[in-house]
Amino acid sequence: MTPSNQFDNALYERLRAVIAEKKDLQNPVIEVLRIAQEIFGYLPIEVQEFIGREMNIPVSKIYGIVTFYNFFSMKPRGKHIINVCLGTACFVKGAPRLVQMLSDELGIAMGETTPDGLFTMSAVRCVGACSLAPVFVIGEEAFGRVENKDKVKQVINQFR
Amino acid sequence: MSLKRIDLLICCGSGCISAGAIKIKERFHEVLNEKGMTNEINIIETGCMGPCDYGPVMVIYPEGIFYKKVTPEDVEEIVNDHFMKGRPVKRLMLQDDEEQAISAKKDVPFYQKQVKVALENCGYIDPESLDEYIATGGYEALGTVLTTMSPQETIELMKASGLRGRGGGGFPTHIKWQMVHDAKADQKYYICNGDEGDPGAFMDRSLLEGDPHRVLEGMMIGAYAMGASRGFFYIRAEYPLAIQRIKQAIAQAHEAGLMGDNIFGSQFCFDAEVRTGAGAFVCGEETALIHSIEGSRGNPTPKPPYPAISGLWGKPTVVNNVETLGNIPTIYRKGPEWFASMGTATSKGTKVFALTGDIRNTGLVEVPMGISLRELIFDVGGGMVGDHKFKAVQLGGPSGGCLTTEHLDVGVDYETLKEKGAMMGSGGVIVMNDQKCMVNVAKFFMDFCVDESCGKCSPCRIGLKQMYGILERITNGDGREEDIDELIRLGEAVNKLSLCGLGQTAPNPVLSTLRYFRNEYESHIRDKACNTKVCLPLIHFDIDKDKCIGCSLCARKCPVNCITGSRDEKYTIHQLDCIKCGNCQEVCPVKAVGRIPGMHPEMIAKREADKQRLASED
Repeated sequence: MTPSNQFDNALYERLRAVIAEKKDLQNPVIEVLRIAQEIFGYLPIEVQEFIGREMNIPVSKIYGIVTFYNFFSMKPRGKHIINVCLGTACFVKGAPRLVQMLSDELGIAMGETTPDGLFTMSAVRCVGACSLAPVFVIGEEAFGRVENKDKVKQVINQFR
Repeated sequence: MSLKRIDLLICCGSGCISAGAIKIKERFHEVLNEKGMTNEINIIETGCMGPCDYGPVMVIYPEGIFYKKVTPEDVEEIVNDHFMKGRPVKRLMLQDDEEQAISAKKDVPFYQKQVKVALENCGYIDPESLDEYIATGGYEALGTVLTTMSPQETIELMKASGLRGRGGGGFPTHIKWQMVHDAKADQKYYICNGDEGDPGAFMDRSLLEGDPHRVLEGMMIGAYAMGASRGFFYIRAEYPLAIQRIKQAIAQAHEAGLMGDNIFGSQFCFDAEVRTGAGAFVCGEETALIHSIEGSRGNPTPKPPYPAISGLWGKPTVVNNVETLGNIPTIYRKGPEWFASMGTATSKGTKVFALTGDIRNTGLVEVPMGISLRELIFDVGGGMVGDHKFKAVQLGGPSGGCLTTEHLDVGVDYETLKEKGAMMGSGGVIVMNDQKCMVNVAKFFMDFCVDESCGKCSPCRIGLKQMYGILERITNGDGREEDIDELIRLGEAVNKLSLCGLGQTAPNPVLSTLRYFRNEYESHIRDKACNTKVCLPLIHFDIDKDKCIGCSLCARKCPVNCITGSRDEKYTIHQLDCIKCGNCQEVCPVKAVGRIPGMHPEMIAKREADKQRLASED
């Protein structure tokens, strides 16, 4: 069965290989979903259906898992994901203001993607860099003690 | 490990990496290469050393010199002066109150009340080197246990140490082991809970990243005691380095014959694998975690049956926290009496805390149980940042509670904290100064729990949402007189009726702030005032006419044009149109714009009028 062609078939072939490789593990569906998200960038219904068919698992169950865990997204995401830490330490040190500044700078609200597809702003619960609070992370790099609009602009411009 | 003149230990914990530790390490390699000194100096990347606020930090042996806030520009000076001429760089050392430079790590006040057990090697050895772990006594305990003790003797020794679970609940470790030991099954499992979801806590991460073999050894000792042959490390996806390090440790242990079949020539066989979490706070709960490993939604299930009887794939399973496992090897090496000599009557040993918030020395500390909050915050933590006063300390994350000045002399142990309305939790300590609004903090935690509730049982799913609604109403200026009683009633109901630990403890932040800061709730509700000036609807901006110089900057920067006036008349904010963006306050050159607690009287009058109009229309 060929899936609908929003994505290149090559991507599905990669996913098929991953599923074959993991099939001997006990209940690897979460691992497979994680890799699928790496391959496709997100997990639209058609990818979930594909995994369901290949692994012989009801799509309802896969949908249940995808919607349960914060890590999985069913919406396309930007090239750079800005993870703003909303842990307690950052909250105490002014994370809500940081969110507002980022939102003003990018013109998007939390959870949204910029129209040019460059940035997605999302929230994380603690990145474990509490001494640098308030913190946000782009890729693997953490930016700490972000206290004014100019600093936000300066960091964002590095990625534009 | 090679014999070199100097050991340079660079902290590569998450805090220091965010502060630029990797760039510094690279710069050291460059400079040492240029000078042809690479064979004299050993550069070691260690796990978290603790004092994250001073990051990036490093320690240089043999002298044990401690440098803080090092930048790539400092590297050349360290090499030239310290390494080549033997003159440590004073400028990079910590200064004490008398402006004296403190050179040695052991003299840094931050370390003085600390006793490192679980964190013994963290920041001292290279976490990627099995040899270094063995050199500090690693795997000695496992060897002794496997070759000289029976499983039951191993459990008895654990019982004598009095170790209790470090993940929050404080359940005695030996009881879990005994239950699984006594259960009859062909397969038993050991799970290490590394799903550290509490915001503000990062000890498990630091331990996994900084000393992975210790956690692995702890797991194997426990597995031998109860007869498990397979282990799982369940680690958050947010901790990629921890995942990588523990995978590497497992591979190294296999290669060295410390894992696999017939370890140390005994009958004991053990293997472990890593499973990654996918971002769900509730998965820290053991039944939810088990379902997540099984590849399902992480919904908790009622206990009994306890995982010790029917856990992973229906087999007897023990779930232990990372820090708990980190304590185990040392307990077997130094003896249970040594461990039990620290702490209080019911809480033995040490506990790792993550100090954060408005405190001077943010970072990771390990102190004996029973230490007072005052010592923890003011001696180890160095006290408050700036001139603001201590107001409250939040312990135990979203399940914990807030304590105040009156509790500063309370000793930190499981029972005392619980009795005062907080809890040990995983060890996050968030210190707050007098600029923080406790209603707003309670709302933050409630928002977290509403978001993380799995939705399976209705008290948690619906009750928390209702509580959040009330808190939102209060912080928006729509609070009602009966709201406080309603919050207490709902909180107690959710606590009694929820299925798992998340729901049972989620009302704690609200209930504890109501217990100690009721007056703040009352002023929000009755006076429509947030005295800490945090809740925007309950403050207003005003221009001090005596200070205003009539420059018009505020009026020009106001996005809604609600500021008018002239050079002579000075400027006025039209309160009904103000959106409280704060631009005017930011741009005022003479600081004439102030935040005043309380909704403006004009606003109160308008809201009253609107309400009456709506009522009459109905």
